[in-house]
Amino acid sequence: MAELVAGAEEQKAQARTESRPVGSSTRLSRVGHIVAYIVLLLGALLFLFPFYYMVVGSISPANEVGRLIPTRIETANWHYMLSRIPVGRNLLNSAIYAGGVIVITLIVGSLTGYALARLTFYGRDFLFNLILLTLMVPFQLTMIPLYIMIVNFGWVQPGPRIFLGLIIPGAVNATAVIIFRQFFLQLPQDLFDAARIDGAGDLNILWQIALPLSAPAFLITGLLTFIGPWNEFLWPLLVTRDVNWMPLAESVALFGVGGQAGGAASQWGTITSAATILAIPAVVIFIVFQRYFVQGIATTGLKE
Amino acid sequence: MASEQATPGELAIPRRSRFRFSTVGKHPVGYIFVVPYVAFFISMIAYPLGFAIYLSFHQWSIVQSDKPYVGLDNFDRLIHDSLFWQSLRNTLKFLIVNVPVTVVVALILAVALNRGITGRAFFRTAYFLPYVTAGVVIALIWKWMFSTDDGFINNALSNIGLPRIGWLTDPFWSMITIALMVAWKQMGFYVILYLGGLQGIPQSLYEAAAVDGANAFQRFITITIPQLRPITLLVVILSTIVGFQLFTEPYIMTGGGPLNSSLSVVLYIYQKAFQSLEFGYAAAIGMVLAAIIMITAFIQRRFLGESAA
Repeated sequence: MAELVAGAEEQKAQARTESRPVGSSTRLSRVGHIVAYIVLLLGALLFLFPFYYMVVGSISPANEVGRLIPTRIETANWHYMLSRIPVGRNLLNSAIYAGGVIVITLIVGSLTGYALARLTFYGRDFLFNLILLTLMVPFQLTMIPLYIMIVNFGWVQPGPRIFLGLIIPGAVNATAVIIFRQFFLQLPQDLFDAARIDGAGDLNILWQIALPLSAPAFLITGLLTFIGPWNEFLWPLLVTRDVNWMPLAESVALFGVGGQAGGAASQWGTITSAATILAIPAVVIFIVFQRYFVQGIATTGLKE
Repeated sequence: MASEQATPGELAIPRRSRFRFSTVGKHPVGYIFVVPYVAFFISMIAYPLGFAIYLSFHQWSIVQSDKPYVGLDNFDRLIHDSLFWQSLRNTLKFLIVNVPVTVVVALILAVALNRGITGRAFFRTAYFLPYVTAGVVIALIWKWMFSTDDGFINNALSNIGLPRIGWLTDPFWSMITIALMVAWKQMGFYVILYLGGLQGIPQSLYEAAAVDGANAFQRFITITIPQLRPITLLVVILSTIVGFQLFTEPYIMTGGGPLNSSLSVVLYIYQKAFQSLEFGYAAAIGMVLAAIIMITAFIQRRFLGESAA
């Protein structure tokens, strides 16, 4: 779930210039640059290597899994993994789960954020403070009651209703509301005044003025929201143990620890192939939309 | 991008209502806009929260129809539950390793990145990749790399003549290993926070210090670190919360072992609720965990936050 922190500092940061030169003497500055490069390269190696190792492990022949450079490429690990995990089905489940959460979050988040930013009604500030307060409620506390509730609703029985159990409890997050509020606050007041003078109603103003201007807010919120359900493990683990109704993160995890989805705990080649397929969609989406992820974090200082 | 126009403080402090002519305000339509959120809040946050409190005072099992009120028994049991204390000690161990590593490494990487270096986007992407990747993936890769007999790290150690370490199989190391791995996973996020903070430090401060003859190191100590204090507070609080909510990594990498040395509080809640089916007791642990998180965040704010202003 989302956690707090509203940092005015990041906001300042946004307003300032990008990079700046440090160091008065050029020679010193050049040494500093070289040191910085070495640090950054070591860092990059440290952060990227495990991904390389995972992918290479998954395409190595059985007796070479774990080598840095295999002598040949083999897809046997992938075939075995695909025969044990219904990957297509699980990917679809993950897509429905993440998609459902994103759609509901965007609709509810934008409506609420708009009202908090642009409309004046009694109790508005109270509501906003309440939303900030919900960031303090750890999911681990409400997960037990939520589980009992969805069991009573019959949302844990294998079948499409599992998606209700997966999606609804995590469907709205305060982070989204806060991002939307922030964006709507930044739109120039003149636009709204002009529209009101022209006789536009509140829904019209939202629909025809605020929404078209806030496409970036939708993209950023959608992307940040996506990481949550796509990667979530604990909640799906409670909701379903039926491999056909699991999101991919859960089936991969259980496959990896030798649970219901498979029994290959010692076979790192197949486990890494499962891990790779789970990692690919999120990594691709992140690389394509990198700018927006970074901006989302810088804008809000909030984190999933 | 719109966020660049943000003014400080707007995020945290609600705007004062400027128009309070009537009891409902200027735009009563606002109530309709917030109905979906309020409905969600009541059903999925407020009600479960109340339910959790209720549960913690009952002996509540999903398979038994008799769910008696037991007063403070669950909490009394908690105080005498050595496994619960063990999970708290494990969490403390996690934090002692994870938080300083996170702060120091994130700061170093952010300072290096902030030098206007070419390839900056590449480095930022590299650091951020583990953060967007599923905890499940990360835990599985590192479980393999850290495995005692045939893991990459131990193989590398033994190649240079060092002894193999039971990263995940030695009770001393298991939580330390997990703490380092989680620091690795979250690092990119904190680097971006620090980077934002660095770019917010007025250049004039550095210029003035340079005129006064301060060298680069002195400027770092006297300007950069104090100016970044609010970000450091943020990083400390967020990484502490991550530590208290630890679940996926011990579940996948160690199952909480060996000898419960990597049992996290949330993993213990999971075991009590969904393996022993003691929902009331698990809810009581959850209540205590929530209280600990809030108190810790409050204390950190006091300690780190006060002189920042």
